[in-house]
Amino acid sequence: MSVLVDRTTRVLTQGITGATGQLHTRLCREYGSQMVAGVTPGRGRTDFEGIPIFDTVAAAVRETGANASVIYVPPAGAADGILEATEAGIPLVICITEGVPVLDMVRVKRVLDGSATRLIGPNCPGVITPGQCKIGIMPAYIHTPGRIGVVSRSGTLTYEAVYQLTQLGLGQSTCIGIGGDPIIGTGFIDALRLFQNDPDTDAVIMIGEIGGTAEEEAAAFVRREMTKPVVGFIAGQTAPPGKRMGHAGAIIAGGKGTAREKIAAMEAAGIRLAPGPAELGATMKTVLQERKR
Amino acid sequence: MNIHEHQGKELLRRYGVAVLRGVPCFTVDEAAAAAETLGFPCVVKAQIHAGGRGKAGGVKVVKTAAEARTAAQGLLGKTLVTPQTGPQGRQVRRLFVEEGCRIARELYLGLVVDRAVGRVTVMASTEGGVEIEEVAAKTPERILRETIDPAIGLGAYQARRIAFGLGLTKEQVGKAVQFLTALSKCFLECDCSLVEINPLVITEAGDVVALDAKIGFDDNGLFRHPELRELRDPTEEDPRETEAAKHDLSYIALDGNIGCMVNGAGLAMATMDSVKMAGGTPANFLDVGGGANTEKVKAAFRILLSDAAVKAIFINIFGGILRCDVLAEGVVQAAKEVGLTVPLVVRMEGTNVERGKQILAESDIDVISAKDMRDGAEKAVAAARRA
Repeated sequence: MSVLVDRTTRVLTQGITGATGQLHTRLCREYGSQMVAGVTPGRGRTDFEGIPIFDTVAAAVRETGANASVIYVPPAGAADGILEATEAGIPLVICITEGVPVLDMVRVKRVLDGSATRLIGPNCPGVITPGQCKIGIMPAYIHTPGRIGVVSRSGTLTYEAVYQLTQLGLGQSTCIGIGGDPIIGTGFIDALRLFQNDPDTDAVIMIGEIGGTAEEEAAAFVRREMTKPVVGFIAGQTAPPGKRMGHAGAIIAGGKGTAREKIAAMEAAGIRLAPGPAELGATMKTVLQERKR
Repeated sequence: MNIHEHQGKELLRRYGVAVLRGVPCFTVDEAAAAAETLGFPCVVKAQIHAGGRGKAGGVKVVKTAAEARTAAQGLLGKTLVTPQTGPQGRQVRRLFVEEGCRIARELYLGLVVDRAVGRVTVMASTEGGVEIEEVAAKTPERILRETIDPAIGLGAYQARRIAFGLGLTKEQVGKAVQFLTALSKCFLECDCSLVEINPLVITEAGDVVALDAKIGFDDNGLFRHPELRELRDPTEEDPRETEAAKHDLSYIALDGNIGCMVNGAGLAMATMDSVKMAGGTPANFLDVGGGANTEKVKAAFRILLSDAAVKAIFINIFGGILRCDVLAEGVVQAAKEVGLTVPLVVRMEGTNVERGKQILAESDIDVISAKDMRDGAEKAVAAARRA
């Protein structure tokens, strides 16, 4: 099974004619994802390497039956792209774009509430079910099919975790980059719930970072509802307060969002914390071996 | 991006938020002249991008032109240390001379993007003038909250609920509603990330006035507001951070001696953590981003080397969009142009990693290669100790 995406997923690329959109549509297709359509307003009735391009998302969905969309549209138009995909009824929208204004996301979030669309991102690497479907910008070769779920606020740190798992012979069911912005579509809890309910996922790695309280809320969820083991890590343990660490969301403000609080909440919920970012895979391996005994 | 109090008040005034009359001043003569114009008593306020100025002696009430002159002389060029500036403090380069007012009550008002609910939240409290975090921690029931529906804006009924909750009189409520409505409109239209009015003052005459104004903007929204971008004050920023921003690099200066260059914010933070775990201290946070090219990598390298405290550089790249060969090319070129003066540790993984490693191996720069993040951090710390 896996979660969110599999070999049946039919993917539409919004912003397919930009450099990033082109490159990653090509790489995802090479991986085996079904890239069925592209949208660039004004470029309808043309194609990108055989993939038909449409002027609107609605037309693309109607003509190709796309049921997932990936957005590479520049920041000024990204929120509009999400809204268009939502209105067209696409069940899964993945927004890769970095730098979307936060108040745009406030408006998007309001529209998403009560809609049939699930948003991943923005400012995220995307979603991959190894061996079946890759939607996003993650390097393909580090992944292996398997039974570990990965959910993370950070892009390259997700790669790090995945690569460590693969090197230890632990494949992944699905890897979800939820994005580093203050306001995102799918959060940790939604992703953890998907993994908890997925018969093909045995355990989950959850990678958080400083800022906000999402990790604390996720820890409470893990304590309450998860039976599968969770391994965790919080990036930014050495970050000073008041400094925004690249991600718009990664800032310790008003004494809230420190790594210490998050780690305490996660430990209290029975989440096994990796001692360092280089030990994510090894910690998972240990946890799985302990379970077996 | 943050702006000065006087700039914030000017913006608020345009939106119809009640502020006092005032003049920004850069010299003692300007301050004295402004005070004469505004009349006495008036207030001479240091303008720095940090709160807590009052307690640090950055705000002076003056009754004569001579006093205004003395106050301005004392403040201009002075380094103010407040709880928000850090121990090194901030140098005062400009003043705001503002008319005085008779204060009946001091309240707190703040608007923030509330991540937990995904909306803008208005917070108000009768405990004005103090740290709102303290109030939130000790007496959370004293903070009134209203969440703004982005499709509607702040409802008048919500503004009234806050005003009555603050114990305002019937006459003051109308003024407070106008104040709150204008303030929330400004927040939503200008892509603010934070607006804090602390204190919000009820004058003896019953007016509702912003006595201070702290405004921060969402950098991602500034492309819509070229006029607001002009308000940036580079003297309030670390020069290396300003230089980094020019090249679209995300750089934060820290106080250690291991220069770090990483792609991705999360990995950059994790790299800093690794350095700390290896017994060292990072000199900076530096995210070269996903779309880095050779020029960007070169700029990043120059910025790292311009920090005299840096005793070793640790490059940790997990190539996704950023290809390892592009990074390696940039490092080689930068090392040639800038001159590599400290040990360089490189850990690379991801897209085109073999080609990247080959470029580094074939170059004549001295690279200590690392097999993973921990190995890299340990090697960088060891190299810095030897230096």
